[in-house]
This record gives sequence, structure tokens and C-alpha cells, in this order.
Amino acid sequence: MNHPFKPDLEARTVKGGAHVARPHDSAIKHVTGKAVYIDDMPEPTGTLHAYLGLSARAHAKILSMDLTRVAAAPGVKLVLTAADIPGVNDISPAGLDDEPVLAENEVKFYGQPVFCVVAETRNAARKAAQLAEIAYDDLPYATDVVEAMEAGHGHVCAPLTLKRGDVEAGLAKAANRLKGEMRVGGQDHFYLEGHISMAIPGEDDEVTVWASTQHPSEIQHMVGHALGVPSHSVNVQVRRMGGGFGGKETQGNQFAALAAIAAKRLNVPVKIRPDRDDDMSITGKRHDFHIGYDVGYDDEGRILAFDGTFAARCGYSSDLSGPVTDRALFHADNCYFYEDVRLQSRPMMTNTVSNTAFRGFGGPQGLIAAERIVEEIAYKLGRDPLEIRKANFYGGDGRNLTPYHQTVEDNIIGRIVDELEESSDYQARRQAIVEFNANSPVIRKGIALTPVKFGISFTATWYNQAGALVHVYRDGSLHLNHGGTEMGQGLNTKVAQALAEEFQVDFSMIKITATNTGKVPNTSATAASSGTDLNAMAAVDAARQIKDRLIDFAADKYSVPKETVVFEPNRVRVGNQVFSFGDFVDQAYMGRVQLSAAGFYKTPKIHWDRSTGKGRPFYYYAYGAAVSEVSVDTLTGEYQVDRVDVLHDVGKSLNPAIDKGQVEGAFIQGMGWLTTEELWWDDKGRLRTHAPSTYKIPLASDRPRIFNVKLADWSENREMTIRRSKAVGEPPFMLPVSVLEAISMAVASIDDYRNCPRLDAPATPERVLMAVERLKAGA
Amino acid sequence: MSSAVRNSIRFLLNGETVELSGFAPDLTLLDWLRLDRRLTGTKEGCAEGDCGACTVLVGRMIDGMLTYESVNACIRFVGSLDATHVVTVEHLNRPDGELAPVQQAMVDLHGSQCGFCTPGIVASLHALWLSDPEPGVKDIERALQGNLCRCTGYEPIVRAALAASKIEPDEDNDRLVAAREATATALTELADGARVEIDHPEGKTFIPADADDLAEIYEANPEATIVAGSTDVGLWVTKGMRDIAPVIFVGHLTELQAIEETEDGLKIGAGVSYSMARGAILSQLPQLTELWDRLGGEQVRNMGTIGGNIANGSPIGDTPPPLIALGATLTLRKGSARRTLPLEDFFIEYGKQDRAKGEFVESVTVPPSPEDAHFAVYKISKRRDEDISALCAAMLVVLDEENRVATARIAFGGMAGTPKRAKAVEHSLTGANWGWSTIQAAQGELEKDYSPLNDWRASADYRMRVAQNLLTRFFLETSGAPARLDTSEPVMMEAGE
Repeated sequence: MNHPFKPDLEARTVKGGAHVARPHDSAIKHVTGKAVYIDDMPEPTGTLHAYLGLSARAHAKILSMDLTRVAAAPGVKLVLTAADIPGVNDISPAGLDDEPVLAENEVKFYGQPVFCVVAETRNAARKAAQLAEIAYDDLPYATDVVEAMEAGHGHVCAPLTLKRGDVEAGLAKAANRLKGEMRVGGQDHFYLEGHISMAIPGEDDEVTVWASTQHPSEIQHMVGHALGVPSHSVNVQVRRMGGGFGGKETQGNQFAALAAIAAKRLNVPVKIRPDRDDDMSITGKRHDFHIGYDVGYDDEGRILAFDGTFAARCGYSSDLSGPVTDRALFHADNCYFYEDVRLQSRPMMTNTVSNTAFRGFGGPQGLIAAERIVEEIAYKLGRDPLEIRKANFYGGDGRNLTPYHQTVEDNIIGRIVDELEESSDYQARRQAIVEFNANSPVIRKGIALTPVKFGISFTATWYNQAGALVHVYRDGSLHLNHGGTEMGQGLNTKVAQALAEEFQVDFSMIKITATNTGKVPNTSATAASSGTDLNAMAAVDAARQIKDRLIDFAADKYSVPKETVVFEPNRVRVGNQVFSFGDFVDQAYMGRVQLSAAGFYKTPKIHWDRSTGKGRPFYYYAYGAAVSEVSVDTLTGEYQVDRVDVLHDVGKSLNPAIDKGQVEGAFIQGMGWLTTEELWWDDKGRLRTHAPSTYKIPLASDRPRIFNVKLADWSENREMTIRRSKAVGEPPFMLPVSVLEAISMAVASIDDYRNCPRLDAPATPERVLMAVERLKAGA
Repeated sequence: MSSAVRNSIRFLLNGETVELSGFAPDLTLLDWLRLDRRLTGTKEGCAEGDCGACTVLVGRMIDGMLTYESVNACIRFVGSLDATHVVTVEHLNRPDGELAPVQQAMVDLHGSQCGFCTPGIVASLHALWLSDPEPGVKDIERALQGNLCRCTGYEPIVRAALAASKIEPDEDNDRLVAAREATATALTELADGARVEIDHPEGKTFIPADADDLAEIYEANPEATIVAGSTDVGLWVTKGMRDIAPVIFVGHLTELQAIEETEDGLKIGAGVSYSMARGAILSQLPQLTELWDRLGGEQVRNMGTIGGNIANGSPIGDTPPPLIALGATLTLRKGSARRTLPLEDFFIEYGKQDRAKGEFVESVTVPPSPEDAHFAVYKISKRRDEDISALCAAMLVVLDEENRVATARIAFGGMAGTPKRAKAVEHSLTGANWGWSTIQAAQGELEKDYSPLNDWRASADYRMRVAQNLLTRFFLETSGAPARLDTSEPVMMEAGE
């Protein structure tokens, strides 16, 4: 065999194994522009381009739809309406048949796709889509969650109640009681690469779809459903996404289905890529919440009873709103033990785009309620919110049971908070800020330390499984495929590192290949922070199967005990002999050993009964905490984040550089959610912040002026996860709740910290100024 | 009319010379790069010049110097590229094919995650690396104002820019430096002074030979769209899908790019970009520094012009309020006829300006302010940088020896259908003692001057309340009291792990 690789056969460790801070596997391709995204792929001859026609009403009957001018526009080849869908006109991920590919008879939000035009160029299709003449009969609508409740809108799916103890009795007997409400805004994902699909027709009923999706198996299922063909006829591939954040868990279905329908109908490849404004108008976002709380607490600030309602702007259909609102309830405790508790979700139907997964998946909206309650109690009692937090942490006899009856067994929040309080010099800085505020008429400062506990596992227990496909070739190079998708989070890099460690070969020996429903079937969405936990374990399972065969082969061939066949860096020791890994596997090939394996993993220990609200939905928890300090201009409401210190738990990190990048990135993204990112609908129910000119995600200059991020390097997962690491994608998203609370403290200084400012999110300069004015007015 | 007419444009693309004819007047550079040339490293993220995924460098001769600037290819029209050097990410590696310092630092310091914004970020940082040997953190942040990244939180990107700045550009590590002289010569030769006319079924493209030629073409084709930086007109095409033909490109006309001291004050050509004007304007009017650095992103400042900011008549353009407060005048030209009027009179009402058919904005002149004038400009936006103002205030007050207001000129953007003076406020201030009670009285007058709108940038209440509070801020600042957030240089931590 000719070996193109020259691995170091003397190495003491492999290059790019586990726990190493190596760069993202595509980093060089990223910086040179050579990383291929779907729109960069060469288009097969004859490729046509599709574009969507959208409704211009928030809720209306379609009286008539005249598409003559659309069809007659230059370059147009096909116009599709609901009637042209060969299979079922539905892509509801919840299986509730409430989400048409194209609306028929009735539109339920402004911007809902009603037809699809296919033309020779994208520009031609886009221009033609403007030419439709649609007559509507307007119906009543509500875009806001509170308006929807007032208008008596229904739920898009079954609500959930979690309870433990007797909340009414608990509230009645508590020494102190407070009630309040909070509004928390939604968030657009603003992945830099918008949605896109390219479908290439095959023979019989086959079609291949390239999609920018976190969930290729669902795309496969939905395309089959809409085409009326079995899943085996649909092949879906994903090499990488230009960002996902949850926005590509279900939202790619529509584009993929339409591209595939058009491609099969015309027997040519069809690509569909909405403009950014359309992408933001027609794909779901993070749910806005209205939270109501009724709390009983004692004079030490211990929360005795909490009765909470969590109403969410779900949009016109269910999508993932069920599990999203469930997860809000699962995180309404954050790190705190409630003696008597009742938490209820209200997944409200609204005449807006159907909201969906977004990093944290409802968890942030639940957690923020707990932090608001802590803040309220602290102001009522005249204490530092940090003291209230510590008084309520899980821990101690009988204080470890969550509202969903899972026992917290791996609690490290106390140590994290203590270390961070010390390293950030929290107490001295808080004192200095109080003194500064006393002498500063215009600029006020605030500081807050907030903790995070986040449950890891899909609450849909069956999603906690994964597959992988590993081939070893005769030259010792490896082909890695797994069911996860790469959206920038470094999943492929971490899985390959785990595989390199397992086989004891350098990272460069492994080729990471596009996710493909034909290689690993029935995959779960790459979501819930679970990508590495699940897929790396599956890849390692595949590796172990191959290694076991290799060991058997070597023990037999060289007549040595199996224990003496050892995988060392880039080589294999067999008794007293040493072979390079490549030579060794070539021998195995010649010995007719199968050098390929399908690996599988399912998360142990978890179970969840939604009907009783009891179980162990989470395998383990990830923890973290942040201290944020801000300055606020009380004349304008403008603010600046002066300093942030983070200590975050990722267990024993598989790749500290990638994990730290996740923590930093999540922090800034979460800060955007709570500060400048505002979704604004006009009185016609039209989203008006649908492009970066109007929807403002953080810039480099919005970073904290000092930003210290540390991983808790002493932490190891007490569960048997992949090399004792922990999931990292979502948990740090909630650390910037500290920014919101710090702004709140700066505002509270206006009336000497006597009142909780009840600052809603996003805390735009406008909301901050209005809170300042409220306190000045003595409200 | 100039003698020669060319029917093609000629420019450099990375390492080759390109000659193009028969293209549509609204063909964007991004579509041409990606669809015609299959240079797919440059991405489309928003198609409106706000996210920077499409950032490329455009080199042009400015005052005899070859200068490379970052621009947004998504809203840049191909017709504006005659005699320039377009550089995409594919050409930013070293001449030996290895990673350039910015690219290497981005890899080493984990500056990319999903990678989609990365080519644009590399382009922006490469432009900074070429132009600024010792950037501070704020310089880097300014260079990145027009680049959105949703994954990293920017921390590793800023670290990468700092790391790259330790390595000087030279012939071995940068293709542009290596080819600098040859490129300058080529661009100078390409700029042959000919008028260019391109015919296409969708309409005609004109590239005038000089300002007189522009006047002639526009008078003959008054229905044409004049395109300078295309930071506004670009969106008419990419978002509005409007037909803008015929188009007259003026971004290359050096006569419109002059900044001169005249008897009447500082005369700024309509074609001066924000970046070109930065030095000259800020040296005379340092109070404009913050506004200037928060106006658009770097790419928009490299493309957008002061003339365009005025001519489009937007109520939320950021240069009219300060220019009006400073008493600037506007010179318009039609054919060979010119007229000058106070800038404030140019804005008649929303969507309507005092500009005749075939007439174009030629220059704006800022008269000198009294040395003892207090002058301040405040931009209020949801996000600090690269955001359209919710409101923009410019305040100029001259006090007499008795601390009374001798002159008050106050103008706001975002408070009415046009940039507009606060006449009632000015009236209440004039002659009054410069004190707290005068300010309070003036705050009440603001409600006579303006009835602002509710929209997604801010509510009417907020706009009015902030406008009033900005009078407070101005008053506090004239008396030396600190009333703004501390915007000093941030501290970068060492890259750990």
C-alpha cells in the first residue's frame, strides 16, 4: 500500500486527541473562503430557482388568488400552490397537522407562504413573486401573547403543570408574599447563512436534498410526507450550516419540501433561498413570554411557595412549542429549591410566525422568572440579591427535589458561585458601585452575580439516541460519519477528537464527512446541547467494535494474549512487535476483518412521564455563573457593559478552546436577547424588525469592556459521558441574565434601591429610560 | 461632451484584468462574483450592507495613492468599479499560498465557528491590517462595526486582529503589497478619462468622464438615478426590487471629492465619502467624532457620501442635523447653472426636496463657527454602533458675556418628516440666561417643534423624552459636568487555553 500519511510513530500522545484545544476542523477553509455552504456548491445543469409568495394579512380568508401575472413573468417555469402538493400539505413537526407547506383558504400570519414560483434565476423568481393578486376577507387577529389571552385564543398544544407540595397552603402561611408579572421578548436566530435547500431529482421517486438543517432525518421525513413517497426515497445531506442556534431544527422543512416538489415535478434541480427579510418573516423565533408569579417567602428571603404561569407567544401552529414551554417550567427553579410549587404553561396561539427552538429552548425564559423573583425579594428585604440566591440554593436535607421530582445529585453551584465571587472581587466592587452611585447624578452603575443550572437531555426521551458510521481504510485513514450536524459549534471536531483518542491516531487521519440520512438513519436533531454527548459516544461505540475485531485478529494471528494488543499513538503493539496503524489495518484487511462499523448510543437512566409531571428527564446538569457590571446613562437609557466575569462548568472539556468559544458566544448572544434585540410588530400584525438594519444583534463594540471567561477546570461529569465532559451549547446562554439584573440595579439606584425596577426584556435604552422615569415619578 | 466614449468597463479582479460590457445597471458586485465568476468565498448574509458577510476590498487611486477599502459587495454595483481593483478573500492569502497573518491568527485564536461571516471578517481585518500598523481595541471594533458574527461573541476575532497587527505587511506576506506599484500603474492607465456608456435591455449605464459630463448627461436624462456610494440606492434594488435605470455612476468623480477651505467655510464635495472626510472634518469639528464613528459600519463609511446622505432626503440621515446646526449651505448644479441655499431649506417635507429635474447636489459648505460656540451632537440608537438613529440632535449655542444665549441653532433628525430645526426651542433660549430654568423652559418648547412617530426604533414618548433630556445633557456638558458613558479603551485579557 502507498501511505500518503506520515504519522509520528514515536509520539507519546496523538495529535488532536481528547481534551486538546485544537482549532475547528474547518478553520482554514473558513478563513480562506473555501468552506462550502449549499449556495456555494456548483449548480447542476438546468438548475432552477424557487421563491415564496407571502400573505399580506395577519389573519384572513383567501377569497381568490390570481397568479396569472406571476406565471407570465419572464423566466417563470412553474407556480405551485397548495393544490400542487402531491403528498400531504403538512410539515408539522409535532404531527398535529397544523402547519401547511403552503396556506390554503386561510392565512394565519402576515408573511405566511401561500404560493411558490420557480424560474430560471433567483432574481426572476423573486420579482415574479411580487405580482400575485390575492383578495382577502380579514378576520380578527392577535399577535401579542397577552392580547391572545384576552381574546380567548386557544393553546397550540397541551399545556403542562408541574407541582410539588401544596402551593396554596404554602402561599397562605408564608410571612411575606409578592405578586408580579414580567414580559420577556423573543429573539431571531440571525444565523448568518439563511435557510436554503437544493433538491436534485433521481430515478423513480428518489430525490436528494441538500439542506441547511440541524435535523436531516426530519427533512427526509417531511419531504417524503409532502411528496407522498417513503423515507427510503429521500436522501438528505448536510456538510455544514452557517449557524443554526435552533432556527434550523424544524424551520428548513418548508424550503426542502418545496424544492423537492418542484424538482420532481420539473425533473430538474431546484434551489430555494429566501432573502434575509423573508427568512426573518417566515421562520420561527424564540418564544416571547408573559410570566405571572405569586411567591411566598420568609424574612431571610427563603422562597417557600411559588405559583407561576408561563404564557408563550407560540405563533399560529404548534411546531416545538410544547417541549419549549415544558422546558421553561423545567428551568423555573434554576438553582433554587421551592418547598411548595406549581408551574403552569400556556402555549398561546397567536397570529404570528410559529415560534420554534432557540438555544435554551424555553429554559432561559423559565430561569429568568426565578431570577426576577430573587431580585424582587432582595429589594423588598433590602438585601444583596446574591444573599437571597445563596439562601435558596438546592442542597441540604430535603432540599434537593425539583418541581418535576428529579433529585439534584450533582450540585456544584455553591463552589462555582463562591469561587467567582472571590475571583471577581464582587463584594468590594458592589460596595464601590453603591458609593459611586451616591455621587453620580447622570451615570449610574450596577452589578449582579447570577447562577445557571441547566438540565441536559432531550425531554422527549426517545430523542436521546444516536448513530455513527466509521470506516477504516487500508491505508489507516478513517472515515467518520455520525447523525449530528455541524453548525459551527465544533461538533465534528470534538467527535473526531474522541475517535482519534479511541483509535490512538492523529486527528489528521480522520475525514469528517457530510451528515447523510443514507449513512446513519433515524437521527435526532442536533439540539439540546446534546450533539457531542450522543454522537461522540456512538462514534466511540463504532470504534470499539472495530478495535475488538482487530484485537481478536491480532491475538489469533500472532498467538498472543488479547491484553497484549495495545493501541498506541499511530501504532499498534502486538506482543513484542509494533506496527504502524496503517500497516496493521492492512494486515487485518488481508485477513478479511470487517473494518467498518455502525455505532449506537442511548442515554441511560432517564425517564419522564408528562402526564404525572414526574421523572428524571435529565441525565445531569451543567452549571455556571457570571458577574456583570454595567453603566447606565439615566438621561437616555443608553448603557454599556463594563465588565463580565464568567466561571462555567463543562465537565472535563473535550476541547477547551471550542468550549470556551461556546461560552463566550452564548454570553454575547444571550446579552443581545436581553438588551438590543427587539421584535416589533406593527398594528397590521407585520413584523417590522426583519433585517439587520432594524433588528440589532450585538457587535464587537458591544462586548463587555473587560471579559474574563474561565472554565471550571476542576469539574468532571459524575455521569459516564464521553470522557466525563458536559454539554456546552445552551447553558451559558443564560449567564447574561446578570447583565439585565445589573442594569436593573443601576436603575434602582434612582430611588435608593427601595424598589425592584421590574425591568422587562429586552432592556432597550427605551425600556431602561422608562424604568428610570417610573422610579423618578415614584411609581 | 468629452470626445471618447467607451462601451465597457475595465478593472482588476484579484490577479487579472477584466473587461465587461453589456451588463445591467443594477448588477451587484456580489451577484457577479458569485454567479458569474464562481468566487463563492464572498457570502450573502443580508443583501443590505449591514452584516458584512459580503465584504471585499476595493482599491482605488485617492490623491495619487493606491488605497484599499472594505466595501459591501451586496450593495455595490458593478458599474461603479471602472478603474478599481476588486480583491476577494480568495486573493488574501500570501503570495506563496500560505495563510496571511490575519487568516493565521483567526485560525490560531479560534476566530471562526460556523465560518459564514468569516471571509467578510477576514476582509475587514485585512483592510485594517494594511492601513493601521498599531490598531487599538477600539480601532478594531470600529473596523468590525459592519461585520456581524452570531457565533463567537467577537472576543477571539478581536484577539486575532491584535495578534496580526504584530506582523507588518510586506511583499512576502501580502499579494497587494507585492503588486502595489504594478497595480497603481494599471489603475492609472485604466482611468483614461473617457465617458462610458453601457447598453443593456434593462437600461443604460453612464459613467461620466468628469463633473461637466455628469451635468450634461443628467440634464439630458433627468429620469436617471445618480449613484455615488449606493449605500441607499443599493437597497432600492436588493430590497425594493425597484427599476433604477438609467443609472449614472459618480463615485469616481474626483472633482466631487474635494474638501477645500474657502472664504465661506469648509466646502465638501458631494462625492466625499465619510471615510475620506473623516480627517478634514474632525480636525475642524472634533465634536463630530463620535457621530462619525457611529455612522454606519466601516464598509458603509467607505462607500457612502455626504452628498448622498443629503440628497436622498431621509429624515433620519445623520449628517443633516449637525450641518444644519452649523448653518451649512448646499450648492446644487443643473447643466452649467448653480444655486446655493441654506441646507435646512432643501428639505421641504417627507420625500420632497428642493431639487429640480436634472439638478444634482454638488457640494455643501460649512461656515466657521464662533470660537466660543458650544457645539455638540448626540446620536441615540437602540444599538450603539451601526444603527440608524432613533433620533439625532445637534446643538450650537453662543453665550454672551452675561451668560445669556446670543445664538442658538438646534436641529434634530428622527423627530419629524425631515431633518428640522427646533425653532420654538431656539426662540425660547435666545436672550435667556444659560441656566437650569431656561433649559427646563426649552424642554417644554420641544413639544411645539416636533410630534415624533412611534416605530420600531423608538416610541414617540421616548423620542420626546430623550430629546428633552439631551438639552439637559448639553447644558451639563457646557458646564463641564460628566454626562456621558465612559467610552475609553477596553481591556483585552490574555487568550487562555
